[in-house]
Amino acid sequence: MKKREEVRTLPEDGLERLIGLVRSRGYCLVGPTLRDGAIVYDEISAVSDLPAGWTDEQEAGRYRVKAREDAAAFGYNLGPHSWKRFLYPPRTQLWQTTPTGEATLQPVGAAARAVQELDFIGGSTTPDRPFAFLGVRACELSAVAIQDRVLMGGAFPDPHYQSRRESALFIAVNCSQAAATCFCVSMGTGPEVTGGFDIVLTELLEDGSPAYLARAGSAAGESLLAQLEHGPASPAELDRSRVQLDQTAGSMRRELAADEVRGLLAANLEHPRWDDVASRCLACTNCTMVCPTCFCSTVEDHTSLDGTATRTRSWDSCFSLDFSYVHGGSVRASTRARYRQWLTHKLSTWHDQFDSSGCVGCGRCIAWCPVGIDLTEEVRAIASEPGDRQETTS
Amino acid sequence: MAAGGAQRPDPLVPIPVTVRRRRRESPDTWSLQLECAGPWPPSLPGQFNMLYAPGVGEAAISISGEPGRNGLLMHTIRSVGAVSRALGDLRPGQQLGLRGPFGVGWPVGEEAEGRDVLLVAGGLGLAPLRPALRALLDRRRSLGALALVYGTRGPPDLLFRGELARWRRDRRLQCHVTVDQAGPEWQGEIGVVTRLLPRLVFRPGNALALLCGPEIMMRRTAAALRDQGVPESAIFLSMERNMKCALGQCGRCQFGPSLICRDGPVLRYDQVRPLLVVREI
Repeated sequence: MKKREEVRTLPEDGLERLIGLVRSRGYCLVGPTLRDGAIVYDEISAVSDLPAGWTDEQEAGRYRVKAREDAAAFGYNLGPHSWKRFLYPPRTQLWQTTPTGEATLQPVGAAARAVQELDFIGGSTTPDRPFAFLGVRACELSAVAIQDRVLMGGAFPDPHYQSRRESALFIAVNCSQAAATCFCVSMGTGPEVTGGFDIVLTELLEDGSPAYLARAGSAAGESLLAQLEHGPASPAELDRSRVQLDQTAGSMRRELAADEVRGLLAANLEHPRWDDVASRCLACTNCTMVCPTCFCSTVEDHTSLDGTATRTRSWDSCFSLDFSYVHGGSVRASTRARYRQWLTHKLSTWHDQFDSSGCVGCGRCIAWCPVGIDLTEEVRAIASEPGDRQETTS
Repeated sequence: MAAGGAQRPDPLVPIPVTVRRRRRESPDTWSLQLECAGPWPPSLPGQFNMLYAPGVGEAAISISGEPGRNGLLMHTIRSVGAVSRALGDLRPGQQLGLRGPFGVGWPVGEEAEGRDVLLVAGGLGLAPLRPALRALLDRRRSLGALALVYGTRGPPDLLFRGELARWRRDRRLQCHVTVDQAGPEWQGEIGVVTRLLPRLVFRPGNALALLCGPEIMMRRTAAALRDQGVPESAIFLSMERNMKCALGQCGRCQFGPSLICRDGPVLRYDQVRPLLVVREI
């Protein structure tokens, strides 16, 4: 067995030392932390920043943190944040103009007009420090791989995303439990971390205290683990880690027919269920904000009186009315059309556009929907009474 | 910004270009001829640029004339919103920002060889078809029939009038013009473009049809051509949707499975036909 693939047991202070090592290499280390009644991702500097002893309970339209009876640091499921807020920040400055010369009034056309030289300065595309992410779940790694295809897989890679992504370090964690909203098994994205990581950890509890198994997935991960004393994991530990993953997978209550849904939705664009869900949907955009793959954006220009302008890109949502505006009005004026756009894009046309589903089964859109709309239920409702693709002639 | 060197230019950052000529095409439509400090990036008929009106914003505008001997690139802009109004209001000497070109253009290269090519334009839809027609006229001998059918709301809305007059006289081209309504001074056709299609002399099975205009006009025209025997896969439409990035990354220009900025704006009728009749898609 190659050393990199070997599962090792970290020493008792291994996680603390790993955190220190990563930070000493210049990374901005981001991990889970408890804030305002939710487990969110933020910069951390020690094990004490982790939400040890906390978990979360989730259901459609419901998320609550709850104390655990043990000290597991990764004993929660998923919070409202995803890593996209670091790789693809909610706001990014794309460019600004600087007037390279004084604006001068020149007689052009009928009236005197300000003629000003334009110069566009691109915004910085590199983060101040490269990111290291701690506690990344299998479904989240799949989400990053999906955003990779969208934002840097085409003819025009987004330089902001690309530089953040290519310099990032991923320390993943295998899930030891599933939330009621999880359905990664049916999407084929979890709960076991199988690729796209630098290090993957498994948290095992010994009398309520966490111990960690670690495996490197890259040269960067290997060089970090090499600096911690450790031995190979025992057969018993490997066994427990396998049982834990099996139990997590087995406890998942929701599912989505990932293979059939693509054709199902494409063939049901006029299904009555769209009216039904539109009567409940508030078009609040929560599902798109918490989704780890949703990438839609808008731009805003700010222009000051001296003529300098700044363009900022920010997250947008297909649920906003402006999103589909063309002169004369919005293409998708109704909530029905906007929900249909979101769901068919996520589960069907995403395949056409980017060769994969846009859903990883994390369930965030279910938990954070204020009215508890559950996409797996909507798909089931359409599947239970599918219509035929409407073939209308012109 | 220095865009040269080995460094790949940031596709989100415009380059400054300068208006050299401005021509009024119709009461609300202007053609701008633009100059670039360096060589223009190569473009194809049917592609578009993102134009930034200083202090106002950016819009996707199709290229209405590729740089010729004078080195000027042409855009034709109808003032319908804040950005297009500001763009149309720019005067020679003033600068604007430009990103592009983007998108898939018209199949007027080798694909057109030997084919009977029909161009059907509605309103401003003639702007993106103009470079296609010019390219086709340049290689007229390699084609079968060549036709342009052009309709606008009224006579004042006709674009490129000098050129249109030349096209109407050009015996190599079947050129028909119609308007929705006009006063008694109008000597030409009145009615929608589809009424003129039966007059065209062409072989439907060998045809290649390029349509650009309002969606309803393209839908009706495509259906009429299909009924005349033109294969659906030989009909191309140029679609329009909201766009912010033009890189396939802002998600706004989706038309079902297509991202208009990346897979279009020119799309094949057989691939979009089912969606053209879905409201609010």
